[in-house]
Amino acid sequence: MTAVIDPIQVQLPARGVGHDLRAVKVVMHRELIRFWQDRMRIIVALVQPVLFLFVLGTGLSSLTSAGAGGVDLRTFMFPGVLAMSVMMPAMFSAGSIVYDREYGFLREMLVAPVSRAAIVLGKCLGGAVVATGQGLLVLVLAPAVGIPYSFGWMFAAVTQLVVLSFTLTTFGVLAAGRITTFQGFMALVNMIVMPMLFLSGAMFPLSGLPLWLRSVTLLNPLTYAVDAIRRTVFEDLAISDVARRVLIPGVHWGGWQVPVSVEVAVVAAVGLVVLAGAVAQFRRD
Amino acid sequence: MSPAVAVRGLVKRFDEVEAVRGIDLDVDTGEVFGFLGPNGAGKSTTISMLCTLVDPTAGSARVAGHDVRTERDDVRRNIGLVFQETTLDGYLSAEQNLRFHAELYGVPRAVLADRLRQVLEMVGLWERRKSKVITFSGGMKRRLEIARGLLHSPRVLFLDEPTVGLDPQTRSSIWEYIGQLRGREEITIFMTTHYMDEAEYCDRIAIIDNGQIIAVDTPAALKASVGKDRVQLGTADDGAAIVALRDRFGLDAAVHEGAVTFAVAEGERFVPRLFAELGVEIRSVSVARPSLDDVFMSYTGRTIRDAESGRGGIPSWMVGGIGRR
Repeated sequence: MTAVIDPIQVQLPARGVGHDLRAVKVVMHRELIRFWQDRMRIIVALVQPVLFLFVLGTGLSSLTSAGAGGVDLRTFMFPGVLAMSVMMPAMFSAGSIVYDREYGFLREMLVAPVSRAAIVLGKCLGGAVVATGQGLLVLVLAPAVGIPYSFGWMFAAVTQLVVLSFTLTTFGVLAAGRITTFQGFMALVNMIVMPMLFLSGAMFPLSGLPLWLRSVTLLNPLTYAVDAIRRTVFEDLAISDVARRVLIPGVHWGGWQVPVSVEVAVVAAVGLVVLAGAVAQFRRD
Repeated sequence: MSPAVAVRGLVKRFDEVEAVRGIDLDVDTGEVFGFLGPNGAGKSTTISMLCTLVDPTAGSARVAGHDVRTERDDVRRNIGLVFQETTLDGYLSAEQNLRFHAELYGVPRAVLADRLRQVLEMVGLWERRKSKVITFSGGMKRRLEIARGLLHSPRVLFLDEPTVGLDPQTRSSIWEYIGQLRGREEITIFMTTHYMDEAEYCDRIAIIDNGQIIAVDTPAALKASVGKDRVQLGTADDGAAIVALRDRFGLDAAVHEGAVTFAVAEGERFVPRLFAELGVEIRSVSVARPSLDDVFMSYTGRTIRDAESGRGGIPSWMVGGIGRR
């Protein structure tokens, strides 16, 4: 037998903000490790946006070339596809909670002497970073649809993607708190994601919708995100004012057009409210 | 110092079912304390309450000097947990799992590297620290969980069925680690098991059945309290032997594993009478001291295996008590 070594006695420091921050960081870090390990998923998740952009977009453009005011449909769809590309990774990231529960790892987190808020926040931030990373892979395709690279719009768009990804992950985490099977979780996600996408203006201008449907879109956080990203991406593009009015009608409250900064704030606020709900839910567990 | 675990009148009710019905218990610092009973007796529910995972319906419990209801975080900082089911992330390496734990528990960075190495070496997984947990065998995973449970130097380590589902060799190696642990660290170990032979490793045992503690003592004292030895006979005619045992000695016997089996006080002294008076040819005799299984039987009227299969009320108290060692 080897010589008995004196055990190193670990003295845990008193609970404090520093400790909670370490917990947030490590939960987030795990999300990144898992994402990076699952490189196949990154590629698979890229397929859908690329299909929408280059197959659906190209196919449909033969129908709409007359109405788009000289703007390529793919250019129009690009911001919507960008928003779409972060949806599934954000949901998958949140859905890992369901897996963690099934395989027991959630218990390891829930019995730790650390606030539940730190764990939920770490999860949501991790999902935000992972989903944004996925969005970046779509972002770099911009020149292929006639949008030249420039630091200005790209920086702003990435910021908006981070906020959107965070909010989407909070929705996913809230849902994952109550659902016990991954199949059930994915079914719910599909039920939420598709209507959210269709009622957000990601694929077509909302100006074409009847009034009652347009008022529904005002309740959809994705509407604000898509509009903000589209206005950001189109900022420097040379297109006619007529096309701009049709393609980017903007979001209006009453008669007031909501500015991009407020749109982003709306998305962030929704995320924070849902986050609070998710924390409350995990506190009860 | 306050006892490591102090429980008073602990009750847990789930809707209609009363899983734990008023438990009182004191576990001293440094003890290896075993909670023995069939599945469904309330062991896991009790341990869940002590670990702050489940709120008690009534009563109180203090672990490492802190109340499980009102000082939840203080309890959590002072305990290590190894559950029945694995709670590792299979896609992370052994070391990544431990680092995750260290961050969640706020282990100071200055000691982390050394402590990490120490606990991994103790369970013999230092060489495998870079491997993903998914490639580990069941025994390796359990050892890693024990290492993780110890990482933050808890005062009480809770082990819920630490060897369930493991092969005998791995089970005994897990017990070796637990034995080493007592020598090295100032730690109280509170464990549940439904393996009788494993309960023998404990300093003291509480026998629990139907949500109540029916006996608490050292394994030796509990066995001594039974007072009867187990006798097994090989005979020429088992049926006739059983009838003769009942008629002549008033003993309730049954055939188990090819031998007529019964219990009697002072077995060695009884054997000569047996040869003289049984009237059936005896080919072999063995006399054994009572096991913890017999202890459980003498308190509850059932063996642990009966209790688990939901039968109960088996005529001979020997049923299931043999062949488990």
